[in-house]
Amino acid sequence: MSINITLIGQMITFALLVWFVMEYVWPVLFNALEERKKKIAEGLAAAEKGQEEMLLAEKKALGLIKTAKDQSSEIVSLAQKQANDIVAESKNAAKKEGDRLIMAAKAQIEQEVQQTKETLRKEVATLALSAAEQILTAEIDKNKHQDLVNKISKKL
Amino acid sequence: MAAEAHAEGATGYIVHHLTPLRAGEGFWTLHLDTLFFSAFLGALFILFFKKAADDATSGVPGPVQNFVEMLVEFVDTQVKDSFHGQNKLIAPLALTIFCWVFLFNFMDLFPVDLLPSIGSVMGLPYLRVVPSTDLNATFAMSISVFCLIIFYSIKIKGFGFAKELLLHPFHHWLLIPFNILLNFVEYLAKPISLALRLFGNLYAGELIFILIALLPAYIQPVLSLPWAIFHILIITLQAFIFMVLTIVYLSMAHEDH
Repeated sequence: MSINITLIGQMITFALLVWFVMEYVWPVLFNALEERKKKIAEGLAAAEKGQEEMLLAEKKALGLIKTAKDQSSEIVSLAQKQANDIVAESKNAAKKEGDRLIMAAKAQIEQEVQQTKETLRKEVATLALSAAEQILTAEIDKNKHQDLVNKISKKL
Repeated sequence: MAAEAHAEGATGYIVHHLTPLRAGEGFWTLHLDTLFFSAFLGALFILFFKKAADDATSGVPGPVQNFVEMLVEFVDTQVKDSFHGQNKLIAPLALTIFCWVFLFNFMDLFPVDLLPSIGSVMGLPYLRVVPSTDLNATFAMSISVFCLIIFYSIKIKGFGFAKELLLHPFHHWLLIPFNILLNFVEYLAKPISLALRLFGNLYAGELIFILIALLPAYIQPVLSLPWAIFHILIITLQAFIFMVLTIVYLSMAHEDH
């Protein structure tokens, strides 16, 4: 068991090995490991983020559905109200129109009545005059009583 | 030792298995098998990891990348747990130590006679295949780590490091010599314990495999199987301990008191 020059040879070999590993092996492998670690961490983070986003989106969608429902029910009630209004309004308008028409008809009837009365009056006068004329022609001188007859007819 | 290696019988067998393939004399001896197997295993480790690094994607990983990433993450967790400074050397260093030591130790699980037999066919008289049973290999790593400890201690603490050596653990100028002695022992203990722990475990483990190989063939599986299975734990544990202690020592070097 003698220590000899082999020791130096072994030390040189050892130094070379360590140098080689330090220079060409360790950093490459270590970087690959670190990179993979990073990738995995990123992937996990992305997955978590995705899940969170999905939850958020779900919540958002639920909110949207709720507002949409609210809005639609509001719209429906508004429409109903409007329809009711329209019906009431048209009823009102129809009633007014009807009243108006009735009034107009009444007025026309009145007018026609007046006209008929006038005509009748005139006709009665004429009839009375012709009757009187015939009586007078038969009994008295026509020229003598003409003034008198005219006065009477005017009074009618 | 050479004379013993040629001895016959059980002792000869054991010694033969624990003798490295040498070239040179005295201090200038090279353990060729240790150098070859450690470099070969280092190259295997580097090629495998480089391939994984080249093919690495941040997308879905393949089986090779998955395995490599598991190791990288494991080492990174260990480093992050005990090291709180900023140093891009520590983690690759820890990964290299863990894998290299593990591969060293893994050679222990090959049948004790397999590779030496192949070696002898190729004309190699000795072949000790487990580099971590060579003190040179374990000390090479622990001394390198020790140099890094000293380097970072000085770099991070500067003057504080000298102060720590002189006035720690007893904060009084009269006790400076005593403190120096204590710290000297403490610092020296780090690389020695690192190297000897790994060496001792693997050397003993290998020795037991060799001893089992000396037994009759019908008993061998009964003993070597449980020992090999237990050894899977040992080799991983030793690699892990070496790595963790390296990280801890270096993080201590980075901590300013």
